[in-house]
Amino acid sequence: MSEVAALPTRKHEDFRYSDIDALAGVWPIAREEIVVADGGEESLQIVEDGAEAVARHLVISLGKGAKFDLRVLSAGPVYGRIAVDVRLAEGADFTLGAAQLATGSETLEVVTEVTHAGLNATSHQIVRSALAGHSVGTYLGRIAVERGADGTDAEQSVRAMLLDRTATANARPELEIYADDVKAAHGCAVGELDANGLFYLMSRGLTPPEAKRLMLQAFIAEAFTGAPGEAELSEAAIARLEQIL
Amino acid sequence: MTMLKIDNLQANVAEKPILKGLSLTINPGEIHAIMGPNGAGKSTLGYTLGGRPGYEVTGGSVDFLGQDLLELEPHERAAAGLFLGFQYPVEIPGVSFVQFLREAANAQRKGRGEEALSGGEFLKLAREKAGLLRMDMDMLKRPVNVGFSGGEKKRAEMVQMGILDPKLAILDETDSGLDIDALRICGEGINAIMRAPDKAVLLITHYQRLLDYVKPDFVHVLAAGRIVKTGGPELALRLEEEGYEAVVQETAA
Repeated sequence: MSEVAALPTRKHEDFRYSDIDALAGVWPIAREEIVVADGGEESLQIVEDGAEAVARHLVISLGKGAKFDLRVLSAGPVYGRIAVDVRLAEGADFTLGAAQLATGSETLEVVTEVTHAGLNATSHQIVRSALAGHSVGTYLGRIAVERGADGTDAEQSVRAMLLDRTATANARPELEIYADDVKAAHGCAVGELDANGLFYLMSRGLTPPEAKRLMLQAFIAEAFTGAPGEAELSEAAIARLEQIL
Repeated sequence: MTMLKIDNLQANVAEKPILKGLSLTINPGEIHAIMGPNGAGKSTLGYTLGGRPGYEVTGGSVDFLGQDLLELEPHERAAAGLFLGFQYPVEIPGVSFVQFLREAANAQRKGRGEEALSGGEFLKLAREKAGLLRMDMDMLKRPVNVGFSGGEKKRAEMVQMGILDPKLAILDETDSGLDIDALRICGEGINAIMRAPDKAVLLITHYQRLLDYVKPDFVHVLAAGRIVKTGGPELALRLEEEGYEAVVQETAA
């Protein structure tokens, strides 16, 4: 993503679903550079649970065989934006697990650009959103596979649950591939909680909010599976789910 | 006190009348079986009593232990002591049986103003009830019904019934999809859990074979949304021999 000096408008692809008024309050967004050297391993956990608007832009560069595990829980901000640009050298591995839990008129977005620049690099992105009220949850994910980056394995799994008919989910996976022998799987789904499952849980005595929370807990758990801080993230997510249901 | 009194119950599914004036009374200590051909309204009866959305009551009344059952939400019906065993138990990926059942049991206890079970107390109870159904505790640590065979799902339903300890169990085709051994295990489980002077069971079934293990006090034939004949266990044997059509027509004549 190129540096944008002036406040963007919604005509700018990466800000198409943003809350521009809220964005103005946190503009400009500082770039946070992260470099992981050849063979290095790092992880980062971001939990946004305040109500204030927040926007971050991470620029991550992974050396040969380097690994980075990023987990994001957006649970509270009136406007929350996490943009991540990642560049993977040969054999590097990038994991993103993000959950966006919103209600009211909150707007949350995860915007990624993952560039596979070397051979046999792997990336896995899992984004789960649970959206109530008039909230908006967006995932814009671009995967670029450069010429010669054969053996790339890039995966995007994006799912959103609309808890009210008034909530909005946007998902736009994008692939730009200039190499051969590339695996790039992407799945997007927007839906509502399974009514059969809810009735089953309630018939056993769970109240409607308890039944929904249990199903959503399972739904978002996938984003945090295997994270170093998995237990803590799950706990924070459950606390938030109880608020928005 | 009467356990369940259904009076002239009428219910629609997708605006189509399915139950057309069904009446049935169940007293504590009794086991009733409802049999009937496909499309008679057997499963609709179970779901209507369970409060499933989409099953619209258009007339009649249901009294459950002195409460108007139809006024209660599904979870309130459970807390009041009703258990609905599903013909097709639902798979819930990511949620373990142990977590789900502990939350469910404690939600019910809370609804009744009782103390919550501790983790240890719950596991002891779960182990005991799983043992009754010859089910390994490890299976209850797995996600709800995911990857279970048809028989395992039905046994897991019975384990849930044991843990939740209802007053009245409505079991919708618990015998479908069971092999001979699983049928016996489920039958024995129903007896162990529900045969008591203060409990009652309504078995919804197509076949007589479950009734070999769970002897009913009354057998009812449901046809076209009404109970058309009631008898003792011998009625189930006659149905098995002569078929529904003969028995239903004899009643109509």
